[in-house]
Amino acid sequence: MRRLQSSLILMTALFALVVWAFAPTTAAGQATGMVKIAKAQPITIAYWLVVAGPDASLGIDIRRGIELAIADKGKVAGHPIRLIGEDSGCNAEGGVTAATKLAANPAIVAAIGSSCSSEAVPGAPILWKAGIVTVSPSNTAPSLTAPDRGPGFDGYLRTAHNDKVQGRVAAEFARKALKIERAATIHDGSPYAEGLANVFAETLKKMGGTITSQEAIAPTDTDMRPVLTKIAAGKPQVIYYPIFTAAGGHVTRQAKEVPGLAQAKLMGADGMFSADFLRAAGAAAVGMYHSSPDLSAEALGPRYKEFLGKHQKKYGEKPLSAFHAHGYDAAMIIFAAIEKVAKTDGTGIQIGRKALRDALFATKGHKGLTGTITCDKHGDCADPKIAVYQTESADASKWDPGKNPRKIYP
Amino acid sequence: MRGGWPDKLSPVDAVLWGFRLVVLVLVVWGTIGTVLAAKYSGEVWLDFLVFGLSQGSIYALIALGYTMVYGILRMINFAHGEVFMAGAYTAYFVADALARSGHLDRYPLPSLLLVLAVSMTTSTLVGVLLERVAYRPLRHAPRLVPLIAAIGASFFLQYAFRGLYGSGFKAYPEPDILKGVWTFAGVRILKTQAVVLVAAVIMMLGLYAFVMKTKTGTAMRAVAEDLEAAALMGINVDRIIVTTFAVGAAMAGAAGLLYALVFKQVHFFMGFVPGIKAFTAAVLGGIGNIPGAMLGGLFLGLVESVGPILFLDGLGIVAPYQLKDVIAFTMLVMVLIFRPSGLLGERLAVKKA
Repeated sequence: MRRLQSSLILMTALFALVVWAFAPTTAAGQATGMVKIAKAQPITIAYWLVVAGPDASLGIDIRRGIELAIADKGKVAGHPIRLIGEDSGCNAEGGVTAATKLAANPAIVAAIGSSCSSEAVPGAPILWKAGIVTVSPSNTAPSLTAPDRGPGFDGYLRTAHNDKVQGRVAAEFARKALKIERAATIHDGSPYAEGLANVFAETLKKMGGTITSQEAIAPTDTDMRPVLTKIAAGKPQVIYYPIFTAAGGHVTRQAKEVPGLAQAKLMGADGMFSADFLRAAGAAAVGMYHSSPDLSAEALGPRYKEFLGKHQKKYGEKPLSAFHAHGYDAAMIIFAAIEKVAKTDGTGIQIGRKALRDALFATKGHKGLTGTITCDKHGDCADPKIAVYQTESADASKWDPGKNPRKIYP
Repeated sequence: MRGGWPDKLSPVDAVLWGFRLVVLVLVVWGTIGTVLAAKYSGEVWLDFLVFGLSQGSIYALIALGYTMVYGILRMINFAHGEVFMAGAYTAYFVADALARSGHLDRYPLPSLLLVLAVSMTTSTLVGVLLERVAYRPLRHAPRLVPLIAAIGASFFLQYAFRGLYGSGFKAYPEPDILKGVWTFAGVRILKTQAVVLVAAVIMMLGLYAFVMKTKTGTAMRAVAEDLEAAALMGINVDRIIVTTFAVGAAMAGAAGLLYALVFKQVHFFMGFVPGIKAFTAAVLGGIGNIPGAMLGGLFLGLVESVGPILFLDGLGIVAPYQLKDVIAFTMLVMVLIFRPSGLLGERLAVKKA
């Protein structure tokens, strides 16, 4: 009886292994599927963004960009657009949950997301397995569009800049404009923060600077004094911590209290470039620097100004964060690609999933809000314009990127 | 562990001994490495100690609530972290109003006491309501049931407060008298941290005196020892249980304000991590034991602050603070393996649970 049982278990295990080994090929076959949309029925686009919790302003900002794009576009291939979405929490678990839910919905033509790189690492392959192509407006980790990113990312593109660019600009600013020689970095273990901190450190070293220490914290940490005390031992002139709102606020507030860091300059990045960050950091945020997409009129032109007018009218406030324009552009290139590949027959339209993916990767010279969008074969589509901002007032109601925080570089 | 070499070393024992040895070697090696490298001056080490103690005293105050409830009801009140959040978050609005009107800086002591009173009252109310609504109807249910109810209550409170106050951050105002540093005999200490330490110690002494000296405290200990016998002796068990929840919640409310003074921001999810850490501290010290919770809290705070740099820096691990929680929870696992009843254990006449 025992033996029978164990051989049964063994056989089941073997069977499961075989199924598992062959599953990817059958799943990849689905990627060639079609979405049929009957006459007058809406085309479903889904977002997976962080729209709740401490980093909600990042995702809500993008969602508003998408909503404005839908309002501007009206109809795609003669069909209205329906936007649905999931919160992705700005962490890997949230990314998996959101992507799995979206992957189960066969009506979804394309997705926009994720907001944080940590969500995209496990989430994008889940969507692509279901044949859903996704365009991220704010993932900036270099690894996501690296040549070795793997076949799971075949359906992944982004309109956000690659942090190779952001890290370089931040380091150039520190070295050339601030004349910094010694710097320290902090990341929070997320692919975004780690990638960006590394690019910053490497660029600064190439330009003749010294990195005194490269530290890491957990995103849920609150007591930063020990790690800041450790950093202070190396006497850095600037601390670059491209992390998120909650932990970033704690670092900003506590850095001033640690002996030896009173004079050190503080610098963050686009992950905490929001009015919410001012609320989290309070008066300690005054004078600190942020690298973030350049949203000034001279960089983006008159169309962005028009967009801001619509935004003010619809939501009654300034954009919450830095990626609304990238969200707008992500939606627009998806609409353009759908119009290119949609086949009309008597009953409605058909959109081939593979064809849609290919059309998106073939996007070339698209005039977007953030610049001219051209996708390369690894999915990088952005026309990256990075600026450095300095916060002048910690009053969150005065949040107005460009004025406060003021653009100071380039 | 009996004295001397055991006659038969079972495989489990051997693995545990090996584990103990590996951890010990790593700790000693790391410590020697760090000390020999002499990268950090004595002042820096003192700073680490002070940071650890002030963080630890907040853990200790929250841990008291876990341990008192466990002592009496044998249940883990997983919603305790949210009780802590409720007090700090509600008191924010009073603190903010006082700061805006200038009262916080003109009359700092009365203002802070008022904020403290609001924080403690809110937490107490939430704690008592929680007991009445979520736990009392389940008191005679199987033990897993109130535990699940506690987790449910925890989510309910988080999202109820999110609905009430919004999902963003609120920056706590900073009273002028708490800015800057004091220096005692060459030891530099931030004013907020000194206040937190002193306040926490006073609260803990007060609580200890309450439990050991007053009639209600004696009744609490009696109920913890044997609920039925205490009831037969004429103790109103329901009243004592409510009192326990109220006292534990008041401590959490006080901890909430201290936490807000140190970290200067509040949001609806702020209770989760300190709650888990304080639960760890309570288990470390021996759950059900009041001095144990205090000791466990301080110990956990110190290990989190000093541990990464003392043990890991010397091993050549980069960015050791990322592994702060690993050290804290490894410590918990070690204690649970080798002293299952915690550092101080629970002192009981008869073994229960």
